[in-house]
Amino acid sequence: MLLILCPYCGPRAEIEFRCGGESHIERPGPYSEVDDGAWADYLFTRKNPKGEHRERWLHAAGCRQWFNVARDTVSHTILAVYPMGKTRPPTEAGT
Amino acid sequence: MGTFSFGSLLRNAMAGHKDWPRQWRAPDPKPAYDAIIVGAGGHGLATAYYLAKEHGVRNVAVLEKGWLGGGNTGRNTTIIRSNYLWEESEALYDHAVKLWEGLSHELNYNVMYSPRGVLMLAHNIHDIQVFKRHVHANRLAGIDNEWLTAEQAKEFCPPLNIAPGMRYPVLGAALRRRGGVARYDAVAWGYARAADRLGVDIIQNCEVKGIRRDANGAVTGVETTRGDIATKKIGVVAAGHTSVVMSMADVRMPLESFPLQALVSEPVKPVMPCVVMSNTIHAYISQSDKGELVIGAGTDQYISYSQTGGLHITTHTLDAICELFPMFRRMRMLRNWGGIVDVTPDRSPIIGKTPVPGLFVNCGWGTGGFKATPGSGHVFAATIARDEPHPIAAPFTMERFVTGRLIDEAAAAAVAH
Amino acid sequence: MSDMAQPNRLPAGGAIEGRVDRNRPLAFTFDGKSYSGYAGDTLASALIAAGVKLIGRSFKYHRPRGIFSAGPEEPNALIELRGGARREPNTRATTIELYDGLEAASQNRWPSLAFDILAINQIASPLFVGGFYYKTFMWPASFWEKVYEPLIRRAAGLGRASESPDPDHYEKAYAFCDVLVVGSGPAGLAAALAAGRSGARVILCEDDAQLGGRLLSERQTIDDAPAHLFAAAAGGELRSLPNVCVMSRTQVFGAYDSEVYGALERVADHVTAPAAGVPRQRFWHIAAKRCVNAMGATERPIVFGGNDRPGVMLASAVRTYLNRFGVLPGRKAVVFTTNDDGWRTAADLVAAGAQVEAVVDPRASVDENLTKAAAAGGVRVLLGGYIVNVTGGARGVTSAIVSVAGKRQILTADLVAVSGGWNPQVALTTHRGGKPRWSDALSTFVPGDLPDGMTVAGAANGDLGLAESLRKGSEAGAAAAAACGFSAAPAPQPRAEDEPTAVAPLWHVAESRHKAFVDLQNDVTADDITLAHAEGFRSIEHLKRYTTLGMATDQGKTSNLNGHAMMAALTGQAMSDVGTILSRPPHQPVAIGAFAGHHRDRHFRPTRHTAGHAWALENGAVMVEAGPWLRPQYFPRSGEKDWLTTVVREVRTVRSVVGVCDVSTLGRIDIQGRDAAAFLDRVYVNTFSTLPVGKARYGVMLREDGFVMDDGTTSRFAEDHYVMSTTTANAAKIMQHLEFCHQALWPELDVSMVSVTEQWSQYAVAGPKARELLMQLYGPDVDLSNDALPYMGCREIPLRGIPTRLFRISFSGELAYELAVPARYGAAVLEALMALCGALGGCPYGTEAQSVMRIEKGHVAGNELNGQTVARDLGLGRMMSTKRDYIGRVMAGRPALMAPDRPTLVGIRPVEKGRRLTAGAHILPGGAAAVAANDQGYVTSVAYSPTCEGWIGLALVVNGPARHGERVHAFDAMRNNDQDVVICSPVFVDPEGVRLRG
Repeated sequence: MLLILCPYCGPRAEIEFRCGGESHIERPGPYSEVDDGAWADYLFTRKNPKGEHRERWLHAAGCRQWFNVARDTVSHTILAVYPMGKTRPPTEAGT
Repeated sequence: MGTFSFGSLLRNAMAGHKDWPRQWRAPDPKPAYDAIIVGAGGHGLATAYYLAKEHGVRNVAVLEKGWLGGGNTGRNTTIIRSNYLWEESEALYDHAVKLWEGLSHELNYNVMYSPRGVLMLAHNIHDIQVFKRHVHANRLAGIDNEWLTAEQAKEFCPPLNIAPGMRYPVLGAALRRRGGVARYDAVAWGYARAADRLGVDIIQNCEVKGIRRDANGAVTGVETTRGDIATKKIGVVAAGHTSVVMSMADVRMPLESFPLQALVSEPVKPVMPCVVMSNTIHAYISQSDKGELVIGAGTDQYISYSQTGGLHITTHTLDAICELFPMFRRMRMLRNWGGIVDVTPDRSPIIGKTPVPGLFVNCGWGTGGFKATPGSGHVFAATIARDEPHPIAAPFTMERFVTGRLIDEAAAAAVAH
Repeated sequence: MSDMAQPNRLPAGGAIEGRVDRNRPLAFTFDGKSYSGYAGDTLASALIAAGVKLIGRSFKYHRPRGIFSAGPEEPNALIELRGGARREPNTRATTIELYDGLEAASQNRWPSLAFDILAINQIASPLFVGGFYYKTFMWPASFWEKVYEPLIRRAAGLGRASESPDPDHYEKAYAFCDVLVVGSGPAGLAAALAAGRSGARVILCEDDAQLGGRLLSERQTIDDAPAHLFAAAAGGELRSLPNVCVMSRTQVFGAYDSEVYGALERVADHVTAPAAGVPRQRFWHIAAKRCVNAMGATERPIVFGGNDRPGVMLASAVRTYLNRFGVLPGRKAVVFTTNDDGWRTAADLVAAGAQVEAVVDPRASVDENLTKAAAAGGVRVLLGGYIVNVTGGARGVTSAIVSVAGKRQILTADLVAVSGGWNPQVALTTHRGGKPRWSDALSTFVPGDLPDGMTVAGAANGDLGLAESLRKGSEAGAAAAAACGFSAAPAPQPRAEDEPTAVAPLWHVAESRHKAFVDLQNDVTADDITLAHAEGFRSIEHLKRYTTLGMATDQGKTSNLNGHAMMAALTGQAMSDVGTILSRPPHQPVAIGAFAGHHRDRHFRPTRHTAGHAWALENGAVMVEAGPWLRPQYFPRSGEKDWLTTVVREVRTVRSVVGVCDVSTLGRIDIQGRDAAAFLDRVYVNTFSTLPVGKARYGVMLREDGFVMDDGTTSRFAEDHYVMSTTTANAAKIMQHLEFCHQALWPELDVSMVSVTEQWSQYAVAGPKARELLMQLYGPDVDLSNDALPYMGCREIPLRGIPTRLFRISFSGELAYELAVPARYGAAVLEALMALCGALGGCPYGTEAQSVMRIEKGHVAGNELNGQTVARDLGLGRMMSTKRDYIGRVMAGRPALMAPDRPTLVGIRPVEKGRRLTAGAHILPGGAAAVAANDQGYVTSVAYSPTCEGWIGLALVVNGPARHGERVHAFDAMRNNDQDVVICSPVFVDPEGVRLRG
């Protein structure tokens, strides 16, 4: 079970959180100008990297805030935690 | 020489078992092949076998990063069934079940296919309605599936707890009698041996590091830890690592890789006559020929390539097992491990061509790929050989996520298979 | 040796007497025969004391087996402990603390341990080589299922599981500390002392009942006193420190992410049954900033002919039985060792009064002190020698055949003590993926990459000497504490010596011609390794899977390294290239019930009750699951013959008088902010910004992929204030979705939302007299006329000082309201409502009647909102705004979601009046064959409609709306209820909606 540092509440056990998958993906728009392929890409295509991954988490049993996590998908080490809408802070892996 | 039978076992026993040949060779890679399969799991080896056997494509290499059968083939809970909801899935999995029936003889290798019956438990009114819809749909497709009352389910599986005092009482069950289990390692080994005898090169400890393409984008070969190998056709069957391999050809996939845990108990004398699955409270259990209870847990919520999972996931599954089988509480968990499953948005696999000419992919089996092994290899081999989708594979394209022609077993099953 | 009942118990007062409590004799039985031992014994030591040599039969060949070790690595002495519902198969006799009345039985034998029919397998053993079953049992084909597999299954499996539910309870607990120390041998104790003295919060876990590890089993000294006294003193000091928690009988079984360790505390396994209120075991999650892993090492056996016979024992186990338990495992011993440590066993045996025939050591020369000491004890020294075979049978070892420089000699013996060196317990270092490192010096794997936060000390790290273990442990403890911000003045190191530990690798005596076992429990022989190599199963993972090496309940603790090294010798690879199997948790098997803890029966998952739960039960409601909630399904009255009678009465009452239904489980989300309206316009397919204050509107939400996610009404109480309702099932999911939309997609919107499902109780009041009932409730001052509160109106109205919300919305199709009150008044308001309702001739109604009425009205619910339908399928396509973007808009326009042949919502009626319909039945064209190709949809919901006086249903049918009036076939594969049905409008009652506007 991961120990996750919620930016608003501090360190909490993983069972309090929901993982929302890949982060930093932009909802396409305006709707009249985007084709189905771009939408499918947004909705379904995923980097799914072996290594550092930027992902969204919700502190569901806590402050109910979504935030970003940089996590290594092999070691599960959490490299950075930062609020939604913030630019990606560099980490050692540096993606 | 080399054919397995009781007679050959007896002869070899008298000769002190000194004359058994290798079950497959350990060849060095040739400079070029007609087709290369990336991944020597059950699906990849089956693909190579059917390429050689049914399509005459024998100049084939199967490249494996580690040891053959070491991925999800060697880590799963071995459940075989075909009672899926959608026609497309029914066709695919039933194709596999039909091949399972004769597989030991086909391969001259006892894969211990054991159709012990798969019981899927209903715990609420919603489950009952969904399962009954399944039963009707399966019967229409000619697949056996029947509905049992709780008492009938208990009769079929005596250790099952159907006491009304349970938090989620068993209200009934769907039974697929020809569903069951098989010896997973034997499936990989049987296909490996049979493919090898048809001339397929199985090359272990050979990791693909790059996919080479020509000016038109078509594949021309692979770069591996054992050198470059030329080919015009590559079939990627690298469950768990599909995204990683496909990215070498700049193909991005609608996949996420999750750790899926399983565990076994200490071996005991026979106590579980069949396979029992409960989607609602998340438990899958059967007993192996060796006597171990084989238990499937859920996936973690985040993507991972670590082959380990959270303790709370195991715990969650085991409390469900104890609820359904209170007599197993005192039995001990022996081993707990994880595999990496790649999961598509609609929980159905992707089998077929890709935007890159000569590159084929077979992936996205999620938590339920083992049962499809023979069928998957069979239709994928045809797809590679003919350069067009086998009719059963045709609906399982990547394009379905753009067109919306999903085969949505996720909504159908609510959870993993 | 005066004790007749315990012939092998060393006399009290001798040079070696052990430390069991001779004042506390304990009685026990094995296979029904009575024996006695002492407090402090294990079952194994008590059996040795009693002279019992044959404990079990092996897995495949049913060979006689005895006691091989003195710890959790035991492969042979597996028994069924206790009986009845508490029967525990495959229990290691070497780890069970003896208690008075203990019952144990041998397993995997029939009819008895001494005479076991399946021992005949030994004769056929040439056939039963590794993997033989893959090559046969295939002819004739039908025999596999019917004959071979049932036979194999019956033969496999070792012990028998209990056949009744476990009566005991298990607890879960969580602990947090600075430093977790695993193991209380010299390194662990030193680490715990160093960390504990610094003030850090320390947890020390010891698997054994006593602290001390090997200190309890050796005749070593620390500070010039017996080492076990040091352990006792250290334990005393640690227990006196308020910042230290000492947990004995606690096995740390796994290392997990974020420095969490799984541990199992055996609270009541050392007594007959747990006392009332006491759990059998406690399952710990321990979150530790640092961990000092001092789990010690396991002695490695050597593979030679007959090495499985009862009486062949690990050399260190012999010392444990002598020094700790005061029992003599044999009177005439041969010691076979590849290392200096094994020689101590000869010395201890001599000290205990046993005869040691010889020490056999394959090394050509050893430390002079060893040979001198042996000679002094009258022990022959056979350097350059090997044991090639051990003879004996069910009664134990009779002789060892030794080869020295090609010459063989037979040594009479009843005990063969074996040591091939020591394997550090690397398991905890590998659970998170770390790979052990090969050490040429120790001929074994030592910890390699360590998980975050862990250090390894003592024998677990390959430091076998006592003084070194103490020093390294102390350093590790101090460093771990320092990493957590604690420091202590350095304390003087206890005085101890480092014994010689030189070792030369020997895995397998190649000269052996008899069956030589690599994995004792799984009956994997040296020949099986050779066969696996010949057939190409050469990677250690293939070796494991093909031969089952290391897959038994001991997880290869005594077998893996030997097997891997033998394979390496065959392939010519270096051990560093061969690698080792990464061990998986748990380190030792853990009861499944311990994982589940108190999550059982009614407490398996939480149950949610509404404020009206007690009232419903008092009024005879039959409850039904709705996700985590329980809801009244129907309220039977005496004399009603079945549920259908009740439901019909409830529906009729609602449609003709009035009824009340608890709808508190519906999700409710309070949405406020300047941009609340704009926000709703983006999450619903229809428009909410145009909704007037004081009005409610039905809304449909899509997933971003275009499929319907949920529906419900949302009401506007102010320009910037909406209250949304969701279905019960989707309440949490929708809340999460809305928060995602706001926080991730449109953070610029000024809107806030909070789930208020738990804060409000809500009651549907439906039927022609609904208004009258509510007027009585609110009193004459409140105007509830059609003008004051029209259909789809909503108002906040105080009720005797409490704030309430009244919505004029209808799921039943009747004149209906939903009354929301703060949850703490929920029960009181329900009671008041029901009193008035009853007086008017109304009744409470449950989910069944609610469902009947919604089907009669053609409202969609969970069966239709199943994640596979789009709005058009449900007849809701016209609600979809064409003017703006909203979640799911674009993807809902994909070809497959717009296809005209999608199954679409219709009603169905049976052709044969009065016939029952079946939900889930598939729709086929009239007269068409029952094959999948003709499948045109299915029946989603059915009900007996009292209003229509017959069964009605909703269905999703291809091109449905254009087919009203068409006769089709409903295919029912289960109940032989195939029948023709007629497609019709899904609205069966009051299609014009006159009633609900009344």
